Amino acid sequence: MTRKRRRLTIVLLGMLALGGATALVLAAFEDNLVFFYSPTDIATKPVPKDRRLRVGGIVVDGSLQRERDGVTVAFVLTDLATTLPVRYKGVLPDLFREGQGIVAQGRLGTDGTFAADEVLAKHDENYMPPEVANALRKSGQWKGEGAR
Amino acid sequence: MDALGQFLAMGGYGAYVWPAYAIALVVLAGILIASVRTLNTRRRAVAALEAALPRRRRQGGSADDA
Amino acid sequence: MLHRFANPARFLRIAAVVQPWCAAICALALAAGLYVAFFASPPDYQQGETVRIMYVHVPAAWMALFAYAAIALAAAVGLIWRHPLAFVAAGAAAPIGAAFTAICLATGSLWGKPMWGTWWVWDARLTSVLVLLFLYLGLIALRHAFDDSDRGERAAAVLALVGAVNLPIIKFSVDWWNTLHQPASVVKIGGPTIHPAMLTPLLLMAAGFMLFFVVVLLIRIRSELLARRLRALRLAQAHAAEPAAATRGPVLG
Repeated sequence: MTRKRRRLTIVLLGMLALGGATALVLAAFEDNLVFFYSPTDIATKPVPKDRRLRVGGIVVDGSLQRERDGVTVAFVLTDLATTLPVRYKGVLPDLFREGQGIVAQGRLGTDGTFAADEVLAKHDENYMPPEVANALRKSGQWKGEGAR
Repeated sequence: MDALGQFLAMGGYGAYVWPAYAIALVVLAGILIASVRTLNTRRRAVAALEAALPRRRRQGGSADDA
Repeated sequence: MLHRFANPARFLRIAAVVQPWCAAICALALAAGLYVAFFASPPDYQQGETVRIMYVHVPAAWMALFAYAAIALAAAVGLIWRHPLAFVAAGAAAPIGAAFTAICLATGSLWGKPMWGTWWVWDARLTSVLVLLFLYLGLIALRHAFDDSDRGERAAAVLALVGAVNLPIIKFSVDWWNTLHQPASVVKIGGPTIHPAMLTPLLLMAAGFMLFFVVVLLIRIRSELLARRLRALRLAQAHAAEPAAATRGPVLG
């Protein structure tokens, strides 16, 4: 009985130590585990100007402009506090639209415009049929993408 | 025919939806079939050995009689 | 000696009764789930028809986590209480969990390409699930890395417990860090944010996957017990094949 008790204690203490160590490591690496920065992070934190980085935010309604060459687009990203103009040349994912959350990868230019070479669409955790989404929008109870 | 074509097209995403289901089917069927075949092979091997050995050496009954 | 056989024998009797029922309900749940997934559920307002990938992707992800949690629990029971079936069950579950993890990653990739615009990104959620796949492969490899199968099992059990810290990381990665992967939709505070018409096929497929796991697990446990019996029988045969007089002489004389 005591040997079982001892093995149980060893396993529990081991798991506790392991969990604590993992939590400390994850906390220490927090900034590196972040997949993208927000426009506010870009504006307030020291961001390396010459390194590729990712910015995530919502495409501002009405900000999307296609340039004359047909493949370059310009739009404004917002995290509802700060905005960041983005230029991107390439194919946009199917989910890309105004009011949609996206993640852009590229470099921050000296003029404050973010030059993206890759744009990924982010979607939210809401799943519903189109009719339900329309009905919610009409009745003003919409809480999904583009509601804010 | 048109309805079938439309169904298979999956709104233009058929090339992503169907492979996803195909992969799941192949992997799950694969592990099920492999597990059943191993079970049957071992069951036959145990039966053959038990028949060859004197009965008194058998302990605890058959290990698998299902 | 006797108690080591008592539990597996009782287990086999129970398994023989439970398994056909599980298999039948599993087939029913998968058939109903597939029907609803393809014919009786709507496309998503944002993702259109690709939402149907969710009905394999999410249940596979749940089972990948569940199987690992079950293995870690069995490993703890085996290490602490030395239950004779614990390591057998843990070893039998590892390949099934690996299969579910592989399905989760492959279907997620096929879903990510059209919706996000990429097959793969190194965000916290995707990376931690890839680590889970490597943990499964490590468990399978470690078990067979020792000549002494007892030591292999014990080493795999320790790895299973160590790797268990990855489970909360996977679950909460989408809440703790900015990820491309969206937060949880079903298991979350405040209830699911998924329409009932889409929740139904999801839960049916999840039930089917869970029962599939149970059925294959039972098959693999029975198979492993047979492999052990086979080893014991071969040993007995080897003894019997030795000069009979040497062992039987004193008994008869």
